[in-house]
Amino acid sequence: MSASVLDLKNLSVRFATPEGEVAAVSELSLSVGKGECLGIVGESGSGKSQTFLAAMGLLARNGRAVGEAIFGGINLAAADENTLNRLRGNKLAMIFQDPMTSLTPHMKVGHQLTEVLVRHRNLKFPAARDRAIAMLRRVQISEPERRFEMYPHELSGGLRQRVMIAMALMCGPELIIADEPTTALDVTVQAQILDLIRRAKEELGTAVILITHDLGVVAGMADRVGVMYAGRIVELGEVHQIFNAPQHPYTKGLLACTPRLDDATASALVTIPGQPPDLQQLPTGCAYHPRCGNVMERCRAAAPPLMSTGGGGLKACFLENFGSVQAGTVVP
Amino acid sequence: MWSYFARRVAIGIPTLWAIITVCFFMMRLTPGGPFDGEAPVPPEILANLRARFHLDDPLWRQYLDYLANLLRGDFGPSFKYRDFNVTTLIAQGFPVSLQNGFSALVIAIMIGVPLGIFAALGQNTRRDYTVSAFAMTGIVIPNFIMGHVLILIFGVWLKDSVFHLPAGGWADGALANRVLPVFCLSLPYIAYLVRITRGSMIEAMRANYIRTARAKGLPFRLVVLRHALKSALIPVVTFLGPATAFLLTGSMVVETIFQIPGIGRYFVQGALNRDYTLVMGVTILSAALVIAMNLIVDLLYSLLDPRVRYEGKQ
Repeated sequence: MSASVLDLKNLSVRFATPEGEVAAVSELSLSVGKGECLGIVGESGSGKSQTFLAAMGLLARNGRAVGEAIFGGINLAAADENTLNRLRGNKLAMIFQDPMTSLTPHMKVGHQLTEVLVRHRNLKFPAARDRAIAMLRRVQISEPERRFEMYPHELSGGLRQRVMIAMALMCGPELIIADEPTTALDVTVQAQILDLIRRAKEELGTAVILITHDLGVVAGMADRVGVMYAGRIVELGEVHQIFNAPQHPYTKGLLACTPRLDDATASALVTIPGQPPDLQQLPTGCAYHPRCGNVMERCRAAAPPLMSTGGGGLKACFLENFGSVQAGTVVP
Repeated sequence: MWSYFARRVAIGIPTLWAIITVCFFMMRLTPGGPFDGEAPVPPEILANLRARFHLDDPLWRQYLDYLANLLRGDFGPSFKYRDFNVTTLIAQGFPVSLQNGFSALVIAIMIGVPLGIFAALGQNTRRDYTVSAFAMTGIVIPNFIMGHVLILIFGVWLKDSVFHLPAGGWADGALANRVLPVFCLSLPYIAYLVRITRGSMIEAMRANYIRTARAKGLPFRLVVLRHALKSALIPVVTFLGPATAFLLTGSMVVETIFQIPGIGRYFVQGALNRDYTLVMGVTILSAALVIAMNLIVDLLYSLLDPRVRYEGKQ
């Protein structure tokens, strides 16, 4: 990757809770290249959404971001609302998980699209309307003139997510953050939505951050994949490396947990023993060590830094010889 | 949708009839009668009075006569105010209560709703606590105390200043005479509206679509006014329906304190005097208002939320 669109440097996200401050993301660094699709994989609570909500300046009221999230020379993590509002919806767009609740129920779909153009492109309504209808057509919504006049509850979940994508694409952003864009949708619709995102990336050269817990989604879309656990990146690499030669026991565990239809030898479901850690009481050392089948004494003492895997990727694990890593436990 | 509302209006009629019936018989079940005073009335005179007002007819007869008169728009004579019939009393008093109540309602909405939004957007900050404390004060101070405090301040202490306001009386609706009673009427409603608006606005601002609106880069003002406000107003409208009916029919307490010739005092005086027809008259009036307000509230729901659609049964 020649130039990056977004650079996260030591980004932390902390939430003030009655029990004290909790770090949802800890000193995370990564960069997204121009036109690249970066997949971010992790379980619920791994901090994958909060990392990028922080970059958008959309953290909940009790949350705050520390560190840097550089986008176009501006540190989003420290930018004021005016600066953020000039970028959001314009050069930086986000697609959310739940299309059923992410559109304003009392506004016509068309109006929700045109207001982006009115805001960022200074267009008058008739011109914005033409652009919005063209965009609805582009995301393969049939009868766009009619849908334009509809309210969100009159559309199916798949159509609403198409509207969300159209909304994100309105101003031709440099980066789209898609936070679990297909999780709430039927499987058949999922593929169509992913295809739309892929086409936006290819036709417009938009970089995409695809946040998901679904490895299948990442495999078909991403150029690189970052695996998150307990608020940190544990492994980052090219998509084929992650899938073919995972270098972190957690990555390997996640892969082993994914049921495969094409593998005749995998007859049983595999799980990773234990639970994701409580962010208020993280284990000492490597956060994954209580669940790791290859735990060593030093894993309990200190957290491993991100280090090169030798294959161009990064991993946060002390293990040298990875051939013998145990992936998970077979459920009988 | 209009057939739905036509149906609702049609359902209002039997509702009103049920209220009339219950109220009619409950009044008659109450011990005492309209002519029981401190000094006992001689039996011959009492008998004449009862015959004059048809109170010696069987109860079912009185009931049917009353309904028949109602259908002709005749609410009957007042038993207490001998030279007036109930229609006249209401026609004189209701416009006064209506004007005061409507003014109080408009003031309550214009102050309460923006103040509630203002508090919600600074949730748990000093301005939120200040506004909420004001609202709590407005709710816990009863208006018979607030009324007298207002009279003490503006009618007595500020008597020689430009802020002096009449302590009571109506003076045919002079503006100065309206200020204190209208303010006193609106104060608890301002307070309730602040609390309801604050709560619903906080709730609305947590919605996922607010996050979407912010992710579009809309200025905060637009996020609030265009995306959050409509859903935040739904609980406000729910509250305002019956509240409007109560405000427009006058307040016994406020009208008594400020000596205003409205109909609020008839509710209590009429019941104490066993002035059967007067009580019936004001009850029917307020019941009809409540029914009408609920209908208007339903209409407003469909304006605030397009998911609310009223379908008439085919």
